Amino acid sequence: MIQKQNIIIVKNLVKKFGIFVANDHLNFEVREGEIFGFLGANGAGKTTAMRIICGLSLPTSGEIKVAGFDIYKEREKIKRNIGYMSQKFSLYPNLTIRENINFFGGIYGLSRTEIKTRTTNLLEKLQFTHAANKLIREIPLGWMQKLAFSIAILHKPKIAFLDEPTGGVDPITRRQFWEMIYEAAEQGITIFVTTHYMDEAEYCDRVSIMVDGRIEALDSPAKLKEKYAAESMNDVFLKLARIQLHESV
Amino acid sequence: MNRFRGFVIKEFFHIWRDPRTLLILVGIPVAQIMIFGFVISNDIKDLHIAVYDQSQDEVSREITNKIISSGYFILDQSIDHPSQIEESFKKGIVREVIVFGQDFGENLERLGVADLQIIADASDANTANLITNYTQAIINDYLKKLNATHQIPLKIETQVRMLFNEEMKGVYMFVPGTMALILMLISTMMTSISIAREKEFGTMEVLLVSPLKPVQIIIGKVAPYVALAFLDAVLILLMGVYVFKMPVLGSSTLLLLTALLYILMALSLGILISTIVKTQQVAMFISLIGLLLPTMLLSGFIFPIENMPLILQWVANILPFKYFIIMIKDIMLKGVGVAYIWKEGLVLLGFTLLFIALSVKKFKLRLE
Repeated sequence: MIQKQNIIIVKNLVKKFGIFVANDHLNFEVREGEIFGFLGANGAGKTTAMRIICGLSLPTSGEIKVAGFDIYKEREKIKRNIGYMSQKFSLYPNLTIRENINFFGGIYGLSRTEIKTRTTNLLEKLQFTHAANKLIREIPLGWMQKLAFSIAILHKPKIAFLDEPTGGVDPITRRQFWEMIYEAAEQGITIFVTTHYMDEAEYCDRVSIMVDGRIEALDSPAKLKEKYAAESMNDVFLKLARIQLHESV
Repeated sequence: MNRFRGFVIKEFFHIWRDPRTLLILVGIPVAQIMIFGFVISNDIKDLHIAVYDQSQDEVSREITNKIISSGYFILDQSIDHPSQIEESFKKGIVREVIVFGQDFGENLERLGVADLQIIADASDANTANLITNYTQAIINDYLKKLNATHQIPLKIETQVRMLFNEEMKGVYMFVPGTMALILMLISTMMTSISIAREKEFGTMEVLLVSPLKPVQIIIGKVAPYVALAFLDAVLILLMGVYVFKMPVLGSSTLLLLTALLYILMALSLGILISTIVKTQQVAMFISLIGLLLPTMLLSGFIFPIENMPLILQWVANILPFKYFIIMIKDIMLKGVGVAYIWKEGLVLLGFTLLFIALSVKKFKLRLE
């Protein structure tokens, strides 16, 4: 296997809110084309780190490069190369499916013809064509999730950031959703996904596990399981959390 | 440009598909101006008056009878000493006192001129204005009939005195006042709510991650409301002019420009509010309680600022509403040009810039 380039490089990322340290010297790289799982319990600091990498928030200190661009100086260029899907799915409830696609396509500067063809393809792929003119508030949560993801990668970004994309969705829909993620990864889109469902970690190429603002482990799921002599990622996570607990006592 | 258009179209969809927003944008202006308008131009009926008849002759009694039989007034008491005039007002029942001078009928007959004074309780300025007009109309009507049989026209010199509010500030205030109120409400509330709504949906994050610049996002969000608030300003002015016969002596262009400046001020305040709050509810609460009441009470709209305690006058001076009302009133009622209102205009512009500067600062803080 050819070693791929690092598309996200994070060095000594620190984020403090007052005296609270949300991210304590994070160091990691994400390789081009991989599915990178960013794991941790609620409040471990994963969303904070992700927001910084997306340019939604500034770090207290640290060096970060996304798609080859510097987070302090080339924020605009970064924005053109990433897609983002938030926990809340972030669609406009009182716009229709089609209008949402048009709108988000428009803000990423896609031309009208591009938007039109991509909309048609997308609706067909999701089998939403018959419901294209339904308002978002009238469609089920699972649909919203799939649509939000499709919209986040509509402009074919280099990296797609997914912030807990499977929250509140049933297991079958989650499974289908991961198939969509695989498909996007096959097209060359790097996937950076935060989650606290440990079973989802198994689907990632590599995962990092955050505990209390620090990255405690980073490797492929298989190697992590081996290292911690665990049967599942859930066990890995529990063991890590337990070590933490012992250290702090 | 394409992006911007998409943004504005989306914003119009939001407004169009949200009945509450539509109600605020169209229903409130119409309802408000109708309520204020008709409360103020309410017909008077059975108002209690007193008569201080110093001459007690045929003519004065005839006029008194005519006034009472008009159906608008009820004679509450007859007064026989000047000191009773104010006393009768203070009880709060009598709203108007008619004072006939001495030898009223004789003067009218012999000199052709007689003195009559109408004193009104102007603490309710609008009613006072109306009832004195009614009374004068009745007296003129009486004179007209009398003059028909006389060769030399007779004259009754009526002198009107407004007690408690001599300058009659407050009349014609309702159109500028309602404008100040509604434009403030729509601009501030709608922008702050619509930005807070993006935060609630989570779409604000997506917009911020997108290649759009924050300035583009804000302008895209605000532009539709500039247009709508401006339409509301025109609607209010048209209703004021055609339904309530409010005069527009000055230039209509200047009037509309003033309204636009005020709208921009209110919108930037709305943006400022939205940078602070997280939810639509809080945005609405701040806009309503924080702005509606001061606009109504401290703008000079309902209560003249000159009659307020000093501290409240200071507060009124540091709020933007007062300046808009002064500008609008001066343009409409006095017909003045830019030369007379540029200072107030500058104050509004200053507020706009201040709010924008604060919003930008807040916005940056949030990023860090």
